[in-house]
Order: sequence, then C-alpha cells, then structure tokens
Amino acid sequence: MTDTPIENIRNFAIIAHIDHGKSTLADRLIETTGALSAREMHAQVLDSMDIERERGITIKAQTVRLSYLAKDGKTYELNLMDTPGHVDFAYEVSRSLAACEGSLLVVDASQGVEAQTLANVYHALEAGHEIVPVLNKIDLPAAEPEQVRAQIEEVIGLDASEAVMISAKTGLNIEGVLEALVTRLPAPTGDGAAPLKALLVDSWYDAYLGVVILVRVKDGRLKRGQKIRMMATGAAHVVEQVGVFSPRMIPTDDLGPGEIGFLTAAIKTVADCKVGDTLTDDRNPATEPLPGFKPSVPVVWCGLYPVDADDFEKLRDSLAKLRLNDASFHYEAETSAALGFGYRCGFLGLLHLEIIQERLTREFALDLIATAPSVVYRVHRTNGAMEEVHNPADMPDGSVIDHIEEPWIKATILVPDEHLGAILTLCNDRRGQQVDLTYVGNRAMAVYRLPLNEVVFDFYDRLKSVSRGYASFDYQMDGYADSDLVKISILVNGDPVDALSFIAHRSAAESRGRAICGRLKDLIPRQLFRIAVQAAIGGRVIARETISALAKDVTAKCYGGDITRKRKLLEKQKEGKKRMRQFGKVEIPQSAFLAALKMDA
Amino acid sequence: MEPLALYIHWPFCLAKCPYCDFNSHVREGGVDEGRFTAALVREMAFEAGRVGRRPLGSIFFGGGTPSLLSPAAVGRLIGEATRRFDPVAGIEITLEANPTSVEAGRLAGFRAAGVNRLSLGVQSLDDAALAFLGRRHSAAEARSALATARTIFPRVSFDLIYARPGQSEAAWRAELAQALAFGPDHLSLYQLTIEPGTGFAARAARGELRLPEAEAQAALYQATGEAAAAFGLRPYEVSNYARAGAESRHNLAYWRYADYAGIGPGAHGRLTRGGETRAVRRVRAPEAWAARVEAEGGAIAEESALSPAERGREMLLMGLRLAEGVEEARFSARTGITLEAALEADVLAIALAQGYLERAGGVLRALPEGRLRLDSLLAALLV
Repeated sequence: MTDTPIENIRNFAIIAHIDHGKSTLADRLIETTGALSAREMHAQVLDSMDIERERGITIKAQTVRLSYLAKDGKTYELNLMDTPGHVDFAYEVSRSLAACEGSLLVVDASQGVEAQTLANVYHALEAGHEIVPVLNKIDLPAAEPEQVRAQIEEVIGLDASEAVMISAKTGLNIEGVLEALVTRLPAPTGDGAAPLKALLVDSWYDAYLGVVILVRVKDGRLKRGQKIRMMATGAAHVVEQVGVFSPRMIPTDDLGPGEIGFLTAAIKTVADCKVGDTLTDDRNPATEPLPGFKPSVPVVWCGLYPVDADDFEKLRDSLAKLRLNDASFHYEAETSAALGFGYRCGFLGLLHLEIIQERLTREFALDLIATAPSVVYRVHRTNGAMEEVHNPADMPDGSVIDHIEEPWIKATILVPDEHLGAILTLCNDRRGQQVDLTYVGNRAMAVYRLPLNEVVFDFYDRLKSVSRGYASFDYQMDGYADSDLVKISILVNGDPVDALSFIAHRSAAESRGRAICGRLKDLIPRQLFRIAVQAAIGGRVIARETISALAKDVTAKCYGGDITRKRKLLEKQKEGKKRMRQFGKVEIPQSAFLAALKMDA
Repeated sequence: MEPLALYIHWPFCLAKCPYCDFNSHVREGGVDEGRFTAALVREMAFEAGRVGRRPLGSIFFGGGTPSLLSPAAVGRLIGEATRRFDPVAGIEITLEANPTSVEAGRLAGFRAAGVNRLSLGVQSLDDAALAFLGRRHSAAEARSALATARTIFPRVSFDLIYARPGQSEAAWRAELAQALAFGPDHLSLYQLTIEPGTGFAARAARGELRLPEAEAQAALYQATGEAAAAFGLRPYEVSNYARAGAESRHNLAYWRYADYAGIGPGAHGRLTRGGETRAVRRVRAPEAWAARVEAEGGAIAEESALSPAERGREMLLMGLRLAEGVEEARFSARTGITLEAALEADVLAIALAQGYLERAGGVLRALPEGRLRLDSLLAALLV
C-alpha cells in the first residue's frame, strides 16, 4: 500500500541508443534520490545479467521506484521503467512503454540521433508519451548540443528548446532531469474502484520465488491473496506476494492504479506469462482486456548443435533453463547428417539469436555449431496448401511449389553523408527498395524495404564495415511478398552436406554459392583425394571448387621391424575415423563448419 | 616352401645419429663382442629349433653398426646360419657398413667371411650435411669407401638422406648426380623424417629444425625418380631404386610379406607354420637380451598369432610400397582372406578412378601418385 496520491506518481522510460548513457543516467537517478546507498551502488544497477552489462543492452524490463522531494515541496513517486533496448524486442519495448506516461529521450550530445533512438521514439509516441529530450555528455569537448538539438527537432519533430543538458557520468544537472519528470510528465490516471486491470509488462524466473511478474496497474487494486486471471491464457493463480522494486524487492499490501510493481503466484515458467497480457480479478473480472496483446513469434531460426556430441543432453537442459526465463525463444529437436543431434531454435531477431548463443556458450559452457540463420518462408504448394518453412532441409521439391513468399522489413539507416553511397549500394545489392531518403545536417536517413533473408546474411556486419562503424540501423517487420527463391545445396564429392544448404533469391544464388565453395576450399584441409566442392540448385551445379590432394604422405623407411608398429597405427587411425564426420570420404573438420556457417555472401 | 629371410641385429654404434630411431646403443666402455656374438649364435640355434629346417634365401646384418663387428664374428654367424638352414644357391648376404676409414679397412675381411652385398651408410656427399646429420665420416671417406667396396663386393648399395632443411632441389639434384656417377645398381634414397625420441625431434620441438613443406618434398621426390631413371635405376620400392635384378632380395621378403626370422636385441620376425603366421619380437635392451638368451636360449619378448585381417593389413601396407604391387592369389594364400574383404570398396573405387591404384592381371598396385600418399591411402583403404 502506498500513501502517494496518484497525482504524485510519474511513470517513465528512458529511450537511448547503445552507449548514449541510459544505464548511467538510471544509476545517477537511483543514487540522487537515495534509493540505494553509495555502498550498494555499482555501475549499471539495473542490468543484472553479465551479458547485459557488457554489451550495454537490456534484455529484461526492469523497474525501480524512486522517491523524490521536488522543489514544489511535494514528494513524488517516480517509477523508472528500464526497457529492453533493441529492435528484436520491439514488442516487449512497446509493452514497457505502455506501462508509462512519458519518456526521457537521451541523446549523446557528441553523437546525435541514431536509428535505434528513432525507432524507440516512434514507439513512445505511439504509446502517447510526453517526451522530455535530454542531451547527455555535454561535458565532452566534442559535444555539439545546439546541432543535436536542431537534429532532434528536424528528424523527430520534437520541441527540443527545453532539452535538459546533463552529464550522467559526472552527475551534472541530474536535479534538472528529476524536476522535468515531475513538472513535464503527466500523472497516471485510473479508477481504484473498478475491476482489476493490470498490464503484464515482463516476467522472469527466480530460483527461490518462481516466476516474478512485472505489472502496471491501470484500474482496481492488486492484492496479496487475491485470485487473479490472465485474460489471454485464461490461467488463474493466487497472488502470494506483491511489492515494488527499490531496486530491491520490497513487499507491499497492494498496488493501486498508476503503480508499477511485481507479483509472485507460484508460477513455474515464464511461458505461462505472456508479455502484454491483462491480469484481472478472477471473481470480479474486467470485461475488456487492455489493448495490444500479441503472442511473440520467432522470425529467425537456426540449428544449434553441440561440437561434442556428448554434450547433447547438456544442451537440452540448458535450453530448457533459458526458456524458463525467455518465453520468446523456441526450440525443437532436430538431427543433421552432418552435425548429429541438435535443436532448431527460433528467435525474435538476430540479436536475440546472438544473445542466446552467447549465453549458452558462456553461462552453460557449451561449444556450439550454429547453422546459417533462416527466416520463415511461406511455401505455397501447387495443391493450394501453405506451409511455413524455416529449415532449408524442409523445403519441398521445386516441382510441387507454386510460389514462395518471404518476409520483408522496413529498415531505417542513419549514416554520415560520406558513407551514404556505400550504404545505398549495400541496400541495392540486397534487393532493397528505397522508400525515403532525407538529410539531417550532414547525416542522411535512408528508409529501405529489404527482404529479411538478405539481412540475416551478415548485413549488419557489412553495414558497419562500409560505414566504418558510423551507420546505425533499425528495422521493423513489414509483411510478406512473393519471391523467386531457391534452395542451394552444398555437395562435397557429390554428397550433399545438409547443414550447409540454404535458401536464397535466385539472383543471389550463384554468387553465394561461389562464395561458400570458395570459403570451404580454404577451410577444408588437403586430404588423400582431391575434393570437389559444389553448390547446386536441384540437379544443376552453379559453382564448383576443387581442393587438390595432399602433396606427399608416405613413410620413407619401412622394413621388417616396422610392420607391427605401422599396422597398429593404422588400426588406431581407423578407430579415430569412425568418429569423424565424413562426406564422400572427406573429413570436414568442425572448424570448417564453424567458419563456413559464419559466412555469408 | 618359400625361402626364409634371416635378420641379425647388432645394436651398437659409436655415436647416436640425431635422425635415427632404430634400436641402437652407444657403450662408452666398449662392447663385449665375444659375449654378444655367442648370444647371437645361441639364439639362432634356438630359433632354428622352433622354425625347423628351411631353405634360407638371405641373411642381413643390420643395426646399429654391424661393420663394428670383427670379420671373424661375422664369419661365425654366417657359418652358424648356413649350418642351421639350407642356403639357396646364390644366397644374398648383406652387411650394413659405415664408410669410416676404420671400417673400410675391414671390408675385405667381411667379403672373405661370406658377405656378398654391402650396404654403405653414406647418407650424404656433402661435408656440411654429414655434420648436420651427426655422421662421423667425411664426404671424401665416403667416396673412398665406396670405391674400395666396389672392388671387393659383387654388389654394393648405399643410402642417402635428402629433403634436409634448406636443401634446394638444384642442390639435391647435383648431389644425387654425383652419387649416380658411381654407377651403383642399387640406392636407398630416404627423405629425412623426424622421429619421436631422436635428437632432431628435440630440435624440432624447440623450433630449430623445420623440414621442407609437403609440396617441396613431393617435388624433390619427383626429381629423385627422374634422375634415378636416367641412370637405369627404377623405384621398385618407395625409397629404393635398383637396376632390374639388383633389388635387395632380403628387403623384398619384408615387402612381399614372406617369412623372416629376426635374431638379436629388438629384432622382429614373421613366421608361418601350419597355416598360422606368428609375430615375434625380441627383448630390446642389449644386455637384458643377452642375459635372457644365456638363460633360456632365446629372448622372445612377445609372440602372438596374427588374425587373417591383421595379416591382410600387414601384407598390403608392405606390398603397396612395391612397384610390383600385391598379387591377389598370393594375398589370399598368405592371409586367408580375399582382397575384397581387406579393402574399403568405396575408397578402392575412388583410388582406382583417381589413378592412385591399378588393378590388372590379378595384381593390385599403387601407382606413383598413390605411393606418394601411401600412408593416407592405407589409412582410408584398409578395412
């Protein structure tokens, strides 16, 4: 139970590009309002996972309640919502934002607006937020606050004349931020007497408490002991605990309208807690859920295989543990002739994929081979049936396919003018369609429609490399469209290697096929026989490389005394061979798979 | 019955060469020749008792350095062998010798003792290379020993080691041309390899020694074959070159997987009786070997019957080293299995298609391209 009247509550999020200072500002706000003592503070308090801290990205939404005595003499309850900061989690971001009334838009005064900032600002505007621009790092010599202020007005269309100028690092003008929150953001509204309506913002698994759910109460009250119902899934649970984060978990009797806090209810897995769902009172339910619920759907898939086949069980257990805490991540068992037993895994996007892979490697000490990421294709058969295919191995024979649709994205790229040419070339090479091209000062903003398939193939790395790291990129899904797609098989001495096959647009098939054959030529060591590496569409070979045989390998001296040793050596080699992955009598080392699968055109 | 090949091992050297991983030992205080010769004689009698009387096709004194033996001791051993077995007409009796002046002085004695083929460990005709290889003779001594040997023995062969670190193809061609100018009818030309436990292995581990890359080795091998062929020597085995009829009969017994008996420290044998082939290995350490012989008559460290599959692998790993290949009928007779049962069919098919192997007229042989990669080929090919 809180004593703060609803008009003294402010719920806000922070929108910022990676490295523009979101976490540092959050740390300063926590420190300044005394939510944590100096002794308890450590950098990036809200990012609890190592990977979040290291990569400067937030994976799980978090919240902290700050108590602030404002200049008007009143004490305000400020709820800071730390939102996941990447496009892959766009839906999760939108739900976090829906729990707030306003946002701080933090822009690095020496860098300016980036594509990711832009996308999140649009999400905030869609959520009806009041937005307070904050220029950070104004203490840096390279800071150009006036230009960045102009840029914000020009690109985003926000009035930046009253932007708060700060340095989160040095603590300069944190007070100004707090005052802006109090004076410029609206208080939440809600009816405490109405049936309970609370937005499920996020959830995570805690080994002691079970699933912890982060909620924003819109109407009614959420109490301990109350039986609640999830309106999308219909599941009912008895609330064991409610409380707020300070950022430590502090139990309270209830949460009222406008408040953000947590509940626990002996829930076993986060998969039962859909982000965006509405919680209501089971006995006195609301008639309508809150708007905007959307189940999460993976858009990128890849196979994950243990390098050491003995690690399969460990991989299975590790995936199950990750899934406990990340319902947006999907996995199903699959086998590959090349790689053995593994899992086909679905992700919200490329970053999500990367994060899961990295966590498996780091937190669970697994050595993994990942197959090339694939998007989800809609394959329409000649008999009228449609199926979704995200594994090249599942692609039906060309003769039964009527047409294939592939997913497209709308990408926004911000880049300094001098690199624009290279970026446009890259987008055009990737079948991009230009939607818009505008200038903001010396930065260009290109909006393109691109097939997602082209983006999962190292687009991001290429973008960074052709712009020397200056381009920023963000995207949203933008529907499906018919496409002339083909499955390219890679054959080693005539044997298809399933893990290396991929789907590409016909126009790119030959160059990709040539690229992967070339790469394999460098990766597969010379062996007894010369090796033909081919890329083929159906029965038609589109690229070919030959790896010559090893030059010489014969014992110089072999007489009567050597025969036993020699035979035993051969017998031992034979045993070793049985454990190797062979294709057409060719041994492909793990390292070759790893490197070949990393590549892209 | 096929004639037997008899190997006699003399395990002592004056110094250990850094490339050599043979069972050789240096005894600073000198070697009791009488004791070890007596033990060899005794073990030969012991072995003859087990094997039974057989035609004897060849005797080979190897080492170590058997040229450190006195001619009298060599004569005694030859005498014992020819009494215990039935020497065939024209029996080949080879002795390995180092071309130092001391040993060269004994050559006439060895000939008188019955040795009719000398194998000289020349190794190089370049003084710097000889020093690198840890040899105790000079190029001049080698030339002189060769010249002397040719006047004494009806058959002389010598060894050279090439593909040494930094050796260019031109330098090797020049050295080989000098060797061929002696007009030998048999040469053993070995590419240098670094064997575990040798002085070179230690140097290689420290990064002080690096062999030429496989491509360069292949080119040197090719050049060697061409130069030898120009002098009428054909590569009848991976590293052995001879005029027709001048092949080492003793070594051919190994490669053809015929029966051979080995006596002396660490010697190996393959002996067939009643359709069963047994592998025999003798005690390796010289003194321990001698003590065992003195106590029990023979010093067998290990003896086991070989399965048909094992025999098949051994016969192929030896036989495919030979230009003549492996005769299928003989293969079945010696191993008890067919060639098909011993080979991976799919590898055989690729090897035939890629010109590594040839199968014609009831013979399977490795062609030059296959012999060049024989170790890898065998690893894939043998079941």
